[in-house]
Amino acid sequence: MWERLGKWPVVRQLTGRDRLGRGAAAQSPSHVGLRPRTADADRVAGTVCPYCAVGCAQKAYVRDEKIVQIEGDPDSPISRGRLCPKGSASLQLVTGPQRLDKVRYRAPYSTEWTDLDLHQAMEMIADRVVAARERGWQDVDGKGRRLNRTVGLAALGGATLDNEENYLLKKLFTAMGAIQIENQARI
Amino acid sequence: MIIGSNMAEAHPVGFQWVMEAKGHGARVIHVDPRFTRTSAVADTYVPIRAGSDIAFLGGVIHHVLDNDLDFREYVAAYTNASFLVGEDFADTEDLDGLFSGYDPATGTYSRDSWYYAGTRPPGEPDGSRAKAFSEPLQAGASGAGIDGAADAERDPTLQHPRCVYQILKRHFARYTPEMVERVCGVPQEQFLDLCRAWTANSNRERTTALVYSVGWTQHSVGAQYIRTGAILQLLLGNVGRPGGGVFALRGHASIQGSTDIPTLFNLLPGYLAMPDVEHTDLDAWIADQRSAGHKGYGYDVDAYLVSLLKEYFGDAATPENGFGFDWLPRIDGDHGTYRTVMDMIDGKVSGYFVLGQNPAVGSAHGKLQRLGLANLDWLVVRDLNEIETATFWKDSPEIETGEIVPERCRTEVFLMPAASHVEKEGTFTQTQRMLQWRTKAVEPTGDRRSELWFTHHLGRLVRERLADSTEPRDVPVQRLAWDYATEGEGPWAEPSADDVLRRINGYDLSTGELLPGYLGLKADGSTSCGCWIYSGVYADGVNQAARRTPHTEQGPYDAEWGWTWPMNRRVLYNRASADPEGRPWSERKKLVWWDADAGEWTGHDVPDFPARIPPGHVAPQGSTGPEALCGDDPFIMQPDGKAWLFAPHGLLDGPLPTHYEPHESPVRNPLYGQQGNPTRKVYGRPDNPSNPSPPESGGQMFPYVLTAARLTEHHTAGGMSRQLPYLAELQPALFVEVSPELARERGLAHLGDAHVVTSRTAVQARVVVTDRLAPLRIEGRVIHQVWLPYHFGHTGLVSGDVVNDLFGVVEDSNVFIQESKVTTCDVRPGPRPRGQELLALMEQVRAAAGITVETGTRISTSHGVPHTEESP
Amino acid sequence: MSRNRLSGPLDDVAGDAGHVTHPPRVGFFTDTSVCIGCKACEVACKEWNSVPEDGLDLLGMSFDNTGMLGANSWRHVAFVEQSRPTGRQDPGFDGLPTGPSGIPDTADAVEPRLREAPRGGSELGTSPLPPGGPEPQELGMPGFDRPGDLAGADTRTDFRWLMASDVCKHCTHAGCLDVCPTGALFRTEFGTVVVQQDICNGCGYCVSGCPYGVIDRREHDGRANKCTLCYDRIGDGLEPACAKACPTDSIQFGELDELRERADRRLAQLHDLGVGEARLYGRDPDDGVGGDGAFFLLLDEPEVYGLPPDPQVPTRYAPSMWRRAGAAAAAFALAGIAAFVGGRR
Repeated sequence: MWERLGKWPVVRQLTGRDRLGRGAAAQSPSHVGLRPRTADADRVAGTVCPYCAVGCAQKAYVRDEKIVQIEGDPDSPISRGRLCPKGSASLQLVTGPQRLDKVRYRAPYSTEWTDLDLHQAMEMIADRVVAARERGWQDVDGKGRRLNRTVGLAALGGATLDNEENYLLKKLFTAMGAIQIENQARI
Repeated sequence: MIIGSNMAEAHPVGFQWVMEAKGHGARVIHVDPRFTRTSAVADTYVPIRAGSDIAFLGGVIHHVLDNDLDFREYVAAYTNASFLVGEDFADTEDLDGLFSGYDPATGTYSRDSWYYAGTRPPGEPDGSRAKAFSEPLQAGASGAGIDGAADAERDPTLQHPRCVYQILKRHFARYTPEMVERVCGVPQEQFLDLCRAWTANSNRERTTALVYSVGWTQHSVGAQYIRTGAILQLLLGNVGRPGGGVFALRGHASIQGSTDIPTLFNLLPGYLAMPDVEHTDLDAWIADQRSAGHKGYGYDVDAYLVSLLKEYFGDAATPENGFGFDWLPRIDGDHGTYRTVMDMIDGKVSGYFVLGQNPAVGSAHGKLQRLGLANLDWLVVRDLNEIETATFWKDSPEIETGEIVPERCRTEVFLMPAASHVEKEGTFTQTQRMLQWRTKAVEPTGDRRSELWFTHHLGRLVRERLADSTEPRDVPVQRLAWDYATEGEGPWAEPSADDVLRRINGYDLSTGELLPGYLGLKADGSTSCGCWIYSGVYADGVNQAARRTPHTEQGPYDAEWGWTWPMNRRVLYNRASADPEGRPWSERKKLVWWDADAGEWTGHDVPDFPARIPPGHVAPQGSTGPEALCGDDPFIMQPDGKAWLFAPHGLLDGPLPTHYEPHESPVRNPLYGQQGNPTRKVYGRPDNPSNPSPPESGGQMFPYVLTAARLTEHHTAGGMSRQLPYLAELQPALFVEVSPELARERGLAHLGDAHVVTSRTAVQARVVVTDRLAPLRIEGRVIHQVWLPYHFGHTGLVSGDVVNDLFGVVEDSNVFIQESKVTTCDVRPGPRPRGQELLALMEQVRAAAGITVETGTRISTSHGVPHTEESP
Repeated sequence: MSRNRLSGPLDDVAGDAGHVTHPPRVGFFTDTSVCIGCKACEVACKEWNSVPEDGLDLLGMSFDNTGMLGANSWRHVAFVEQSRPTGRQDPGFDGLPTGPSGIPDTADAVEPRLREAPRGGSELGTSPLPPGGPEPQELGMPGFDRPGDLAGADTRTDFRWLMASDVCKHCTHAGCLDVCPTGALFRTEFGTVVVQQDICNGCGYCVSGCPYGVIDRREHDGRANKCTLCYDRIGDGLEPACAKACPTDSIQFGELDELRERADRRLAQLHDLGVGEARLYGRDPDDGVGGDGAFFLLLDEPEVYGLPPDPQVPTRYAPSMWRRAGAAAAAFALAGIAAFVGGRR
C-alpha cells in the first residue's frame, strides 16, 4: 500500500526534492531507465549506404528478423558515423510501405497489373531471353567478319548493384552473345 | 578547387573533409553556374557560364605557362612536356578550331599527325575504326599505345618549338583573362585571384586538390574537360601527391564498381577491351593492346584476359581454343544505351532488362526512352519500388498526348521486387576505388531477391534450355562456368556472393590457392581471375573488403578499412610524390620514397611502382612491360611511363583540350570559327531534334542557358527518394530557379507556374526567384542561366514533369556520354499546355525556330556537312 | 537542496528538479557557420523517433520546406538568403550585369501564402509571448532580410546564404515544463526537458508556455510533441540521432559546460577570421530563460533565423504566487493564465 502510494507523483513531489513536480517526481515509470531500441537488437550487420558513392558505413540493427534502425558506423575512416538525409532515410527505404513485395505482370495490351508467381516469371523470362537472342542473332557482318552476337537483348543497370552481381550479369550476357549491356556510368 | 561539382549537396558526408580542411586554414573555391550550398560555405564563389569550363581552365593554364609558374622539375621529369611532336601536326590555332587530320565527311580525325616525332600509331589498319569505336575508353587500363614512344625525341630544356610544352603554350596563348571574361562571363580580377590562389598553393610544400563530378562529364566535350583539369594539375605537380589529385565524385553506390567490373558494352572486367570485328583471334586482340616498347603493366594484358577467360569458361578454356576467345561476341561500333534505345524505337531490340535504374526519368530525352520501352516485346524491371520505367504504359506523359495508348502497346512487362542493400551481401566500390563488403542483415521477404539470385537462376534456366543444342552459337552458354556455390537448399537457392568475390580475386589453378594479387597472373591458363585490378581483394584467403578496423586504431591512410584497388593503394601514381632521385619533394608532403638501405620503395601508402626498381634505373633497350620502366617513370599504366599533357593517342577529338561551344549554345564560339566539338556524336533523327546554335539561325527562340542537377534531398531519378515521406517532404515539388533579372524580363512570379521550353518538349515547374543565380555578360551580351533539379517524375509521393525530357541526345565522341549539363531554352510564365495542345506547341516552336532533322548536325562549322540518320 | 528557481542562472538544473545523483547537464551547440543545409538532422531525428511526415508543401522560403518546428518536425533547418557577405567570403557577383535583389519580392510572395498555410514560417518561433508581456511584434519573414536592409540598391553584388538547424532549446527555465498541469513534461537527470506521451492529456498549455514556439500538439491525438534530445539514446551513452548524423559537425552534442567553452573558442576564431557578425545565442545563463541547453552560433540577429531576440520564460514572475499556492494547483492556474494570454492556436 505504502509502496504503491509512494509511486504517486504527488506524494513523490511533496516528499522528495522535486517540490515543483517538474523533474524526478514527474517521471513516469515508462521513462525510467529508458533504453534505445538498438540496445535490444539481436544482431548488428555492417553495411554500406546504398545512395551516392561516398561509401558511408552503416550499422543495421536487427530484432526479431526485422531491421529496427540503420545509422552511421563511427569506425569508418570515410564517414566517421555521419550520414546525409538520404543515408539517414535508409531505414524508411528498406522498411517502408513503398517497397514492392510481389512480382507484378503486365500482359501485352493490358491496362493493369496482375499477379505472377516468381518462379513462373523466371521461367517465362528465360523463354523470352532464348527467343529474343535467337531473333537478334548475327553470325558475321557484311564483310564476313565474326560477330557471334545478338542484338535482340539489352540491359541497363549496375551502378546500384554489387560488384558480384555486375560480374555475373556481364559474364552471362557475354556468353549469350548479348552486347548491349550498359549502366549509369555511361550517363 | 571544386568545379563541375556541387559537393556539399551531392556528397555531403564526403564534404566533411573539405570543411575540416577549411577549419585547418584551407581556402575553398567553388566554380559553378549557380550559387549552391557548396558555394555558401566556400571562401570564394566564381559564377561561370555552363559549358565554358575548358576556356576557364585553359585560362588558368595560360596563366601558369605565361608566368612560368609550373612545377618545372616535376613537369620535366614526369610528363611528356619534353617530347617532340611530328612536323605534320597542326594545332587549332593554325586551323581555326580544328586539328590536323579532320575528315568532314565522317566527322572524324585521322590521328597520324598527332604522334611524337619518330613514333607511329600502333596497328591501325585503316582510318575507319576511329569514329565507330569507343576506342579511348576501351584502351583505358592498358593505356593507349604508341609504337616506339620510349624512343621519342625529347628536349629536356622544353625550348624546342615542337616540344609538347611549347605546343601547349601556343595552344592556350589566346586563353587570356580577357578571353575568359568574354567566354565564361567571369570578371578578370576574380579570375586572376583564382589563378593566384591555385598556383601559390601548388609547389614542393603545398598541394591543391581538384574536385569534379558529372558537371564535367555530361558534355559533348566531357572527356576533354577532365583532360584540362588533369593537364593543369600535372603542370602544378598536384598528381600522385598527398593533398593533390583530380577527384571524380561519383553518384551511385557502386558506379565505380560497375565501371571496373563493367556492365558496359565496350569493356570487359578491369578495363580490358571488348573484342571487336578486327580481332580475328586472341593473338590479334593482344597485339592490338600493345605497342612496340610498351612500358608498364598495361603490357601484361594477355595474362589478364586469359585469366578472365579461365574464370568464364573453366576447363573448357584451353590453349588450343584460344581459351575460348572466339566464343566472345564482337562489337563494331556504338552499342551504347542511347543507340540501343533508338534501336528499340526502330524495332531492332526485343527484350530489355532494367536493373536498379530508371531511364524513363534519369536518362536524357525521356520521351525517347519511353517510346523505346513502348516498342519492345518484353521488359523486365527489377527495383525496390514501382518506378516510372515500369509504369510507362499507364502513366507516362505520352499517355496524355496519345503517343502511347495502353491498349495498343504490346510491351509485356515484368516488374520484379529487388532485395535491398541490407538483404543481401556483396561489395560496393566507392568513389575512391574502395571496395567495402556488406554483410546481410536480414533475409529478403516475399518475392524480393538479389540481382545475384536473378542472374544466377536466369543463367541456369537459359542453360537448361540450350543444354542439348548443337548450334555453334550455344557452345559458350553450354561451356560457361556457372557453378557458383549456393547458400541454402533447393534449385532456387541464393548463390554465394563470397564465392563470386573469390573468383573475381582469382586462383592459382595448379595449387587451388587464392591469388595474392595481379602480379601472379599468367597467360598460360594456369590462373583464373575475374577482374585483374580486383585481384588481391581475397589475398591470404581473407575477404579484405570486409575489414573494418576503426579509423581511430590505425594510421592516417586507414589501410585496414575495406580494400582499394589496385593492391590496396590509396593514392594512384604515388611514385610522383618523390623527386626523380626518390626523395620526397618535401618533408611536409612525403608519401612514398626510395629506401636505399633496403633497396626498395616504401612509405605511408603502398608504393605504386615496381618495388625494387631504383630511382636512377635506366631500362634496357628493347624491353617491354614493367621491366621497361625507368626509375623516373611514375605513370606505370602509360605506354611511355609519363603523364600526357599532350595526348598523341587515345582521344578522338584532339590531342589537347579546346574550347568548343556546347551543342546548343546561345553564342558564337569567341575563340574559333569551329563552333562545337567537330567530332561530337549527333543522332540526326526526327525524334531527336536540336535547338539551333550559331551560326545557324533560329536560336533566338531559346535564348537562355539551361542546366540541371541534383538536390541533397533527392537521389537521381527519384526512385529511392520521391517515394519516401521523409525525403519527399523536404523538396516536395519541381521548381525552376531563375535570377531576379530574368524573372523581370519574363514576368515570372516567385512560386508561380512557368514552363521551360526546348525543341523536345515543355516542362512545367514552380518558379523560384533567387539571388543565387546571376546573369553573365558574354561577348557583350547579357546571358541568363536557369536551373532545375531533375529528380521528378510521375510516380511517388511527390511528382512533377521529367526535366530530362528537355534534353536531346548528343554525345562526347570518346565515351558516348550525353550532353545533359547544358542546353538552351525559353522560360515562359504560366502552366504548360497539356495533351494534344502540348504537341501543337512543340510543332509551333520547332517551326518558328526553323528546326529540321539537319539542325545541329553540321558538326564541322566550315564544311557544313549534315550528319543525319536515314529513316529505318 | 536547491531553491527550485523559475528564472535566472541555475548551476544544477537536474538537481533543482530533484535528481539526487545525476550526470552532468548535456545539450547541443549548433555552429551554423559550418551548416551545409543538408537536413540530415531532420531525417535522422524522424527515423529514430518515428516522427510523422509533416506536409508536402513547397514553401518558397529558399530551400526550407519544413517551415517551423512543430509536433512533426523536431529539427528544422532554416535557409536565409541575404544581400550581404559573410566575413571575407567572396560571393562572386561583383562585376556581373545584375539588377536589384529579388529578395524583397520573394518575401512579398511568400508572406501571404504562409498566413494561409496550415503550417508555415509565420510561427517559426518568432513570436515571444510572455504572459502579460508586450504584444507580439512582427519580426519579418524568416529566411529573408529584414525590411529596409535592401532599400535603394540598384545592382546587387553582395550575397550570402545562411543555414541553421533549429531545435528545442531545453531551457534552464522551461516554460512548457513549468505550466504543464499533468506532469507529462519533466526535467530529466541530464537537465533536458521531455514530454511523456503516456501522461500527456493534450491540454496544450505547454504550447503557449514556450517562448520559442517549439512545442506543438499532434493533430491525430492532440498530444504535445517536441525534441527529447533522444532521451533513450543519451541514457545509453549514445549521441542524439541528429548530432550523430550531421555531416559537418554543425550540431555538436555534449556536456553543456564543455560545449560552452568550445563555442567561446569557435566564436573567437571566427572573429579573428573577420566574421565579426558571429554571435552566440542561448549561451548566456543570465538571459530570460536562464540559458539554453541547446544554443547556437549565429551569423546575424536571431530574428533573421526566426528566433526571438529576447526570449522570456512566461513563469518568470510567478514564484511569489507559486509559493503561496499548492504546487499542483498553481501549475493549473498558471497554465490557464498562460494559455489565455498567450494562446496562439
